[in-house]
Amino acid sequence: MFYRESGDFSTTYAEDNQTFPIKFDRYRYYAVLAVAFLVIPFIINDYWANAVFVPFLIYAIAAIGLNILTGYCGQVSLGTGGFMAVGAYAVYKLMTAFPEVSMLVHVPLAGLITAGVVTLFGLPSLRIKGFYLAVATLAAQFFLVWLFNKVPWFYNYSASGQISAPERDVIGIIITGPNTEAWAKYMICLIFVTLAALIARNLTRGSVGRKWMAIRDMDIAAEIIGVNPMMAKLTAFAVSGFFIGIAGALFFSVYLGAAEVGESFGIDKSFLVLFMVIIGGLGSIFGSFAGAAFMVLLPVFLKNVFVGLLGWPTDLAAHLQFIVSGGLIIVFLILEPHGLAQLWRLAKEKLRLWPFPH
Amino acid sequence: MKLTTLAATALMAASPAMADLVFPDLSYRTGPYAANGIPFSDGYQDYFTLLNERDGGIGGVPTKVIECETGYNTEKGVECYEATKGEGALVYQPLSTGITYQLIPKVTADGIPMHTMGYGRTSAKNGEVFSNVFNYPANYWDGASHAVNHIMSQGDIAGKKIALVYHNSAYGKEPIRTLEELAKKHGFELMLVPVDHPGQEQKSQWLQIRQQKPDNVIMYGWGVMNQVAIQEAANIRYPMENFIGIWWSGSENDVLPAGDRANGYKALTFHNLGDDYPLYDDLRKYVVDAGKAAGAGDQLGTALYNRGMYAAMLAAEAAKTAQEISGEKDLTPALMRDGMEALEMTEAKMAAIGLPGFGPEFKVSCQNHGGNGLGAVAQWDAEAKSWSLITGYEGSDQDVIQALVDEDSAAFAAEAGIEAGCK
Repeated sequence: MFYRESGDFSTTYAEDNQTFPIKFDRYRYYAVLAVAFLVIPFIINDYWANAVFVPFLIYAIAAIGLNILTGYCGQVSLGTGGFMAVGAYAVYKLMTAFPEVSMLVHVPLAGLITAGVVTLFGLPSLRIKGFYLAVATLAAQFFLVWLFNKVPWFYNYSASGQISAPERDVIGIIITGPNTEAWAKYMICLIFVTLAALIARNLTRGSVGRKWMAIRDMDIAAEIIGVNPMMAKLTAFAVSGFFIGIAGALFFSVYLGAAEVGESFGIDKSFLVLFMVIIGGLGSIFGSFAGAAFMVLLPVFLKNVFVGLLGWPTDLAAHLQFIVSGGLIIVFLILEPHGLAQLWRLAKEKLRLWPFPH
Repeated sequence: MKLTTLAATALMAASPAMADLVFPDLSYRTGPYAANGIPFSDGYQDYFTLLNERDGGIGGVPTKVIECETGYNTEKGVECYEATKGEGALVYQPLSTGITYQLIPKVTADGIPMHTMGYGRTSAKNGEVFSNVFNYPANYWDGASHAVNHIMSQGDIAGKKIALVYHNSAYGKEPIRTLEELAKKHGFELMLVPVDHPGQEQKSQWLQIRQQKPDNVIMYGWGVMNQVAIQEAANIRYPMENFIGIWWSGSENDVLPAGDRANGYKALTFHNLGDDYPLYDDLRKYVVDAGKAAGAGDQLGTALYNRGMYAAMLAAEAAKTAQEISGEKDLTPALMRDGMEALEMTEAKMAAIGLPGFGPEFKVSCQNHGGNGLGAVAQWDAEAKSWSLITGYEGSDQDVIQALVDEDSAAFAAEAGIEAGCK
């Protein structure tokens, strides 16, 4: 009743091929964008930016990146944390070496550098699959963390091994460093996440994405119908690395401001992003957002309820939070193994027929 | 979106009136560092509870502690900072070097002071550059110098091999530069043995120590890493009297798991140990017996409980100083900062509080946010299950340290574009 496509006619191929062919979907998408760009920046404060929106947007970019590799191309990766570290250290070196160049150049450049590194670590995927590949990417994770700890050049020989983001601006608006306004942090992340989602969505709808999915579903069959597995796998690694690198660069420069590789980009990060992708839904851009929102918002929400609202001791709340979020993850995966994106899809199907289900 | 609106209402319900003196406690009672985080936080909170119950607060204004669990994790630490700073927080004490590095630029921009007692960024001692960060009464580099001085007091150090077993993070890496300088000056050989977070597995590190046989081991560890290191040292029969930890590797929780084999282990400290002080009578009477103790209330008199209490006492004294110099009872973070910069701890003050001879005397100034850097060595007696001081409070090698402080703070000032000078 609310959600229906009758009377919604496409008269050109372009209309038929657009991302959201149903009018209702399209307007909802415009409404979300309008709220994100025109409403939230005016009401956001430091807490909401730093605890909720900025981590959510940055993790969404990382989840999109991993989703391309794991969800679309079927290559399991446990190296996300290390790859984010590449983005973070790349942007740090660029920021400090070329202070006059805009961050809008540095962040994509950091993404490109990460894409190169990730492609290098993707080379074993031509020979090995599944768990074996997962272990190879796990090795990448540990190697990269070790490297950034070991070689002082990466952290500009600082005594503590910490990297900290100097103040940089885009068209006069400060976007890194402690004097950044909450809305500026939010906007820079929002711009990158919007572009990343647009690019990812259109790549996965086109021939590149179809090749990835062919490899994911059955690599031998894909090869027989003319998909070059080397190109398909390596492009997936490169594109995924590009997005993860951007996420790592923003994570360090905009969100944290100072980072230490072992703590900020450890194996926990790899698992966190992998959970986001699995809970959100493999092979879905919307799922990347849903998973990132779930994993970022739930702990903050539970903490505010337990400690803020109910006044429970903080240690009890912290332990309960593990139990509740762990339990919810298991419940979700049992009830809906295809993640939140599939729930959303089902809800749409139901709404289309409602109130006459037959 | 529903989640976020709910979180918003939860947050608003949590905001209290702004009349109290707010001391946020970024604690960690979960995770691999909880064994050390719990006693510190208990001591910190109990002291403020005592002030409220006995004196009605500081200068008649009640204090309020807002606890926020960080799990020693920098992201959660930032979230805690953002969540509490709007509630009139007077001073932050994150008890984590990683979180300190995150917060140094933020507190400076927001004008809130931060006290990193015996941890954090050592060069914050230079108050001309780090206007809002204080690390009195001693810092990591003082600790490194104390450890070396103690080794020197026991015999010629030249030609000896000294291993540094350290937490492979900003915290553990802090003393390396100082130790390298000291190695050059005194002619000993420094061997670096990093341990990655959380440090539950150290077999290979201690195998390395067993093979290379360093004459002394200095440890910069925290959390579960301490217990494991001391047990591993006992396993390879490393002589405990040659094993010396920084003050963060010297709590009861670190040595007890190794039992008798930890006997003779040494650790540095910059305040006194035990519960033989008049203040403890009041603590028991007003806080513990009244059922108002933080946590389980079973940590009284432990090394880290004392340190948390000492941190709270210094914060309360700084607040008193701020009230005296400004004439205002209700403090703002800016007034608190001025109070911290004018803080002077004397023996008479400590005796009046009920902690005679508990810590060193020092005076904070704009040029020196770090105190005098005095420290003593304590040794563990496994049979009596107690620490006892085996040296008096001694100074550190300021020739080496001050040069490094100047160099590092100048580098920070250049990087962050800060004009050094007193306001």
